[in-house]
Amino acid sequence: MSDNLLAILPELWTAIGQTALMLAIAVGSGALLGGPLGVLVLLTSPGQSLAHPLSHSVLNGVVNAVRSFPFIILLVALVPFTRAVVGSSIGPVAAAVPLSFAAIPYFARLVEQTLREVPRGVVEAAHAMGASEWQIVWRVLLVEARSGLVLALTVLTVSLLSYSAVAGVVGGGGIGDLAIRYGYYRFQTDVMVLTVALLVTLVQLIQFTGNRLAARLDKR
Amino acid sequence: MSEHHIPEAHIQLEGASKRYALPGGEHFDAVRDVSLRVTRGEALGIIGQSGAGKSTLLRLINLLERPDSGNVLLDGRELTRLGKSDLRAVRREIGMIFQQFNLLQNLTVAENVAFPLRVAGTPRGEIALRVAENLERVGLAGKAAAYPAQLSGGQKQRVGIARALVTRPSVLLCDEPTSALDAQTTRSVLELLSGIHRELGVTIVIVTHELAVARALCQRVAVLEQGRLVEEIRLDAPAEQSVIRPAVAQPITELARELLRGHSAREAAHV
Repeated sequence: MSDNLLAILPELWTAIGQTALMLAIAVGSGALLGGPLGVLVLLTSPGQSLAHPLSHSVLNGVVNAVRSFPFIILLVALVPFTRAVVGSSIGPVAAAVPLSFAAIPYFARLVEQTLREVPRGVVEAAHAMGASEWQIVWRVLLVEARSGLVLALTVLTVSLLSYSAVAGVVGGGGIGDLAIRYGYYRFQTDVMVLTVALLVTLVQLIQFTGNRLAARLDKR
Repeated sequence: MSEHHIPEAHIQLEGASKRYALPGGEHFDAVRDVSLRVTRGEALGIIGQSGAGKSTLLRLINLLERPDSGNVLLDGRELTRLGKSDLRAVRREIGMIFQQFNLLQNLTVAENVAFPLRVAGTPRGEIALRVAENLERVGLAGKAAAYPAQLSGGQKQRVGIARALVTRPSVLLCDEPTSALDAQTTRSVLELLSGIHRELGVTIVIVTHELAVARALCQRVAVLEQGRLVEEIRLDAPAEQSVIRPAVAQPITELARELLRGHSAREAAHV
């Protein structure tokens, strides 16, 4: 192994840990806040059970607006907010704030689209059986769309892994930060190759796990 | 209760109409001013060409579609006046089966049948008993752990029937229940339905475009044309008394004529 690689090895472990932390926070908030937001966007849309044109256009507009920010702009634009929340604008926890901001509307949109695929007839049958709106979301939509939702979560995780590398630019830490500091600024091509290889492996792993889980959950 | 009282209709529609808005400001009258009474324990067929409003009419009965005007009564209760939770409770008294079965694909057969009881908050022990009892009734006791994708069309409809009956409803609404099935499976599903009708005394309203289905199951048939109820005929009366609305001697719609033709052929065969 080259000296360059040996030298960064301790930092590499830290970087992997930082990436994992950023992802965990961002995927978590994406799922917990973006998921319900996606359900609301769907249910307020025309022809749905909570159809409400005004709420729908507001929610839809917010989702589109946040999603239209290039991530690096979002990262910088949110610095004051991040400082206020985390107390600092550098480090993986700080980077997790803009990552979460990107994750929430992104996942909301994925959830909305996935739930839309549940056949209307099944929802109608649930209404006919006396299910409440809440039960229809919980016991019908989420159950019938579960494998699609797992795939949506997989897409979200992969996107956030790539976003988290961008967060390295503003001192977010993580694998991308390592690639930029050593591989790019110090022309250590071997470090660059290693970090990219690591990211490629991680993406394969995430996608493989997501696909396997989705297939297992899908009884259609 | 007075013995001489005229029996109250089990299901009653009074001047019910349903209009859909179409893009471009147009509208489509799916059901126009339909009044209909269904007696307790009766099996009523609703026939008509596709687009005649049959399915919409059926959906007015459990308020899956709300009438724009007119009334829907179940046992004399005006359903249109009920609040959401009362309406959900009433819907549990009304089982429904569908052309496309509408089973939850990610639930097992037993979980599908349990669904109406689970949303009603029935205790687990009782759910297990009733699910077993109804799977037995439709002949699928051995398929409890299977998923719908592993079943044939006829088996899926049997699951639908078990699911519709699990709440012990007094009404069973059937929306083209055999239209996605082949002839032989259709026959066996109809036998199952008519057995259920006999044994449980449940009131059945069935929408179909297949006259054979109406003949196999119904005592009375209503003919729908462009959203209007144009004719009602009895299949359990002598031919000359079969047309009950309008009060004319001969059936007026082609569908009714065809239906009665088959009917008298059957009578002749019985003689």
